[in-house]
Amino acid sequence: MRSCLMLILLLLGASASAASVDATVEIPRIDASEYHRPYVAVWIENPDHSVAANLAVWYAQKETKEGAGTKWLADLRQWWRRSGRDQSLPIDGVSGATRPVGQHQLRFDASKPPFAALKPGSYGFVVEAAREVGGREQLRIPFDWPITETRHLDVKGEHELGLITLDLNP
Amino acid sequence: MKVSSKILALVVALALPLSAQAHKAWLLPSDTVLSGADPWITVDAAVSNDLFYFNHVPLRLDALTISGPDGQPVSAENSAKGKYRSTFDVHLSEPGTYRIAVVNAGLFASWEENGKPKRWRGNAESFASEVPKHARDLKVSQSAGRIETFVTAGRPNEIALKPTGTGLELVPVTHPNDLFAGEAATFKLLLDGEPAKDLSIEIIPDGIRYRDKQNEMTATSDKDGQFSVTWPSAGRYWLHAEHEDDKTSMPQATQRRASYSATLEVLPQ
Repeated sequence: MRSCLMLILLLLGASASAASVDATVEIPRIDASEYHRPYVAVWIENPDHSVAANLAVWYAQKETKEGAGTKWLADLRQWWRRSGRDQSLPIDGVSGATRPVGQHQLRFDASKPPFAALKPGSYGFVVEAAREVGGREQLRIPFDWPITETRHLDVKGEHELGLITLDLNP
Repeated sequence: MKVSSKILALVVALALPLSAQAHKAWLLPSDTVLSGADPWITVDAAVSNDLFYFNHVPLRLDALTISGPDGQPVSAENSAKGKYRSTFDVHLSEPGTYRIAVVNAGLFASWEENGKPKRWRGNAESFASEVPKHARDLKVSQSAGRIETFVTAGRPNEIALKPTGTGLELVPVTHPNDLFAGEAATFKLLLDGEPAKDLSIEIIPDGIRYRDKQNEMTATSDKDGQFSVTWPSAGRYWLHAEHEDDKTSMPQATQRRASYSATLEVLPQ
């Protein structure tokens, strides 16, 4: 009886405020004579750096005979090593076109995959960016799963990435 | 919507200076400072964004000219063209400095035909036969580009480095095969043989694949066309400058673009 009540309370709690993971990825304005939007990969990594889930991959969608869209994906060299080379692209719900300068929101319902599939433990929220005729940068925000309290985490890039934020809402 | 944005993109591309999306063109010699009785070098020639990796297209060698230490032409040997690079050998049969260059000159035209933008490239002869006489919104520009590198067997000399007086050229104050890490080198840029002042020069080190930043350096030529670079480390560098004006030598063209690129090798102390 008591456990049944607990279950009901838990269910009520879950429906009242859906747990979410909100992230922003900032692509900074770069003063360059030749600017191309960066390729960006966002993923969740396990403590051994293997990929727990891909969250976003932004790359040029235009196909040429060189395969322009996918030819330079290996420049996201950590993502390519950890996950990209095992994927068949496009990745449904993950891959998309390159983004312009600015803040880009990523919203995930914590009760659905990929987050719902995470076992309790420590993870990294990783963002890697590589720009044609530019540079490369990778940033990482460590976090624990599941979410027990509201947390705001962030890290700031130095050249190819701006502010990366991760808001965990139980 | 899709079609109109495509046309818009084309119009924007046409309006931009030709340089905006240009890839880097380069010659990469196997050695730049050689000794011995019968030295040879091999040279790779390619166009790419990443220095010095063969990952885009080979550089055409139709306009390759090699000047020997006495100023006389030297022929390239064993030329071949692959998927991503062209290659050739140079027999350095005489001691001194060799100037190895691909010198391009051409005309670019754009106009409108039946409501569609047309683009063309060629030379003064093909212009007459291939570009319609009364093309709508015809815009013609002339280009003069020099892509080069320098190699020395034995003692450096400067006969091959004499400017031709056409387009953008680099003349040494510091010899281009006497470059060492931590030392400053000074060069002079000429445009049609006259000092090219206030030009911005971009200098990018080799090896972008193994670092996260381009680490480019910039310099600006002074009133005498001179500029200096202090080499942060040993390695190969790609140097580039360009200039646009309306001093065309072909009557059809209203705009002229001159560009200069060199591969320089800096040795360790």
